[in-house]
Amino acid sequence: MSDQQVSVQNIGPNGPKPSRVISLGNVLLYGSLGITALIWLLPLYVMIVTSLKGLPEVRLGNVLSLPIEVTFEPWVKAWDSACTGLNCEGLKMGFWNSVQILVPSTVISIAISSMNGYLLSFWKFKGSEILFTILLFGAFIPYQVMLYPLVIILRELGLFSSLSGIVLIHTMFGMPILTLLFRNYFSSVPEELFKAARVDGAGYWRIYFEIMLPMSLPIFVVAIILQVTGIWNDFLLGVIYAGTINFPMTVQLNNIVNSTQGVKEYNVNMAATLLTAALPLAVYFISGKLFVRGIAAGAVKG
Amino acid sequence: MSSVVISDLSLNFGTVEILKSLNLTVDEGEFVVLLGPSGCGKSTLLNCIAGLLDVTKGQIFINDKNVTWEEPKDRGIGMVFQSYALYPQMNVEKNLSFGLRVAGVPKNEIRKRVDRAAEILQIEPLLKRKPVALSGGQRQRVAIGRALVRDVDVYLFDEPLSNLDAKLRTDLRVELKRLHQRLGNTMIYVTHDQIEALTLADRIAVMKDGLIQQFDTPHGIYHKPVNRFVADFIGSPGMNFLSGALKNNDGQWSFIAEGVEIHLNGYEFSRTAQAGQSIELGLRPEHIQLDNAGRRQTINMQVEVEHVEPMGADIMLWTKIAEHNLTVRTDSESKVIVGDRVTISFNPKRASLFDEGGCRL
Repeated sequence: MSDQQVSVQNIGPNGPKPSRVISLGNVLLYGSLGITALIWLLPLYVMIVTSLKGLPEVRLGNVLSLPIEVTFEPWVKAWDSACTGLNCEGLKMGFWNSVQILVPSTVISIAISSMNGYLLSFWKFKGSEILFTILLFGAFIPYQVMLYPLVIILRELGLFSSLSGIVLIHTMFGMPILTLLFRNYFSSVPEELFKAARVDGAGYWRIYFEIMLPMSLPIFVVAIILQVTGIWNDFLLGVIYAGTINFPMTVQLNNIVNSTQGVKEYNVNMAATLLTAALPLAVYFISGKLFVRGIAAGAVKG
Repeated sequence: MSSVVISDLSLNFGTVEILKSLNLTVDEGEFVVLLGPSGCGKSTLLNCIAGLLDVTKGQIFINDKNVTWEEPKDRGIGMVFQSYALYPQMNVEKNLSFGLRVAGVPKNEIRKRVDRAAEILQIEPLLKRKPVALSGGQRQRVAIGRALVRDVDVYLFDEPLSNLDAKLRTDLRVELKRLHQRLGNTMIYVTHDQIEALTLADRIAVMKDGLIQQFDTPHGIYHKPVNRFVADFIGSPGMNFLSGALKNNDGQWSFIAEGVEIHLNGYEFSRTAQAGQSIELGLRPEHIQLDNAGRRQTINMQVEVEHVEPMGADIMLWTKIAEHNLTVRTDSESKVIVGDRVTISFNPKRASLFDEGGCRL
């Protein structure tokens, strides 16, 4: 009887099912992934190699070829002496302008939004849900509708064409989506934690700073990434509200690339573009993993 | 002296009434369990006592002080939650001392109290660990410790053992009982687990639909349920209910249903009953005995066994009386098999009678 059982077990499949490495599915999967990656990486490649070539080499028109003679001249020129309209000081002014706009806008908008999210999740009051809906609605109104009214409002406040003006604008536009992000994150925090803190005697600020803040680092990272890349890449708001002396890097890049005088210096343009894109690129590379984790943490509960 | 008094407490969420003019008086040092099915308002009531929910109407007194409008921290309570609710970024020691630090208690006093709580709960080796590095039982111990360090008169427990596995639950249950004996504080404990309620409580408040159905000792709740809901809710496997009518033969009460007559000699009526009124007879499976055990009982009946369920410690027999299912709990050594005819008997003293409205007769 037992012998029979053993022999029965020995036929038939046993252990893990063998899988073929090269199958139609795998070829299609990796093939299409590879092609997509190539399509997205090709422009970046062209930009990098062009920015490292001298002008004569660029004129040869071999867009895809590697530089014969590597030169960093275009990068130096883009940073230091490329002409944006009348003044020829390169992108560096724009860079510092962008930093000056970016830092306060990011800090203020995240500080306010995280507080909003915390308030709307834990300290619900009469009408808080309606307030949240109105705030959310703000995220879906097209910018164009608000542009001119905001010009008037800023003018009346005496903030038009000033650094504080553009910071205010960025803070405002960032708030709906960031509030949503933080509210969703805090909604996923067990309410009992908040209750326990209240029984322990902690108030509004103490619960926020000592309990909620330390446990919500991932979502802060997400918010920082969203704001840094968003504000850094902004062109429209900067060109309208910042004023000529505060033009952010993107606006100056446009002025360099689109200047109609003289020779088109493709290598300098490429270098300038890469310089402008460097910060968001670096942010994504460094924080990619955290970003995904934070988005997932905030996205589950609504 | 009464420790916690709830007077005419109502709570509405919008138009939904969660608590309906509820009254409850808890004596000092008493262990009271709020027991009921989910949605009965027991956790809501506890949250009201803690001050985490604003009441719609009524008053709450703790130690003879009206705390209805007080903040949770000023009520003299400590609370333990089902999900432990430990602060994830703080280690055990910081978790325990958080409330004291908020209150500005001097450092050496904090040390003393944390050490005492850690000693009572045997969590001294864990003090430097973060909550993620603790097992469920250890976490709940820390959560209890956090209530202990507050050094208050009333402890509130919101289903503290529900997240633990069965074995741990039993262990921690005994520990909680010991803790209560050692500290002598008032404890109010919410659970839906009747075993927890029966084992822990000095008195149990059985709740349903925002009202307390019965507030009595575990013995009273089990043996003299005031209505059909309590009778049905307490006991596992549940009470048998046979519906029929009441009959009076020269002062001898009996229960009649479809040709079966059961004498009720010895049943203690709590109200005057009327002959002919329709009633339900409630019998706990463990109060029904097989012939060999119950010779002295007054009532004997022949029934056929339809199913046999071995449950380890006992065996459940499924039979029928007058078209009603009847379960009988018997010794696991008995050799009854399906199809056997057995004689069953019970003592009417241990039965419960309910009128049409479900109230105890």
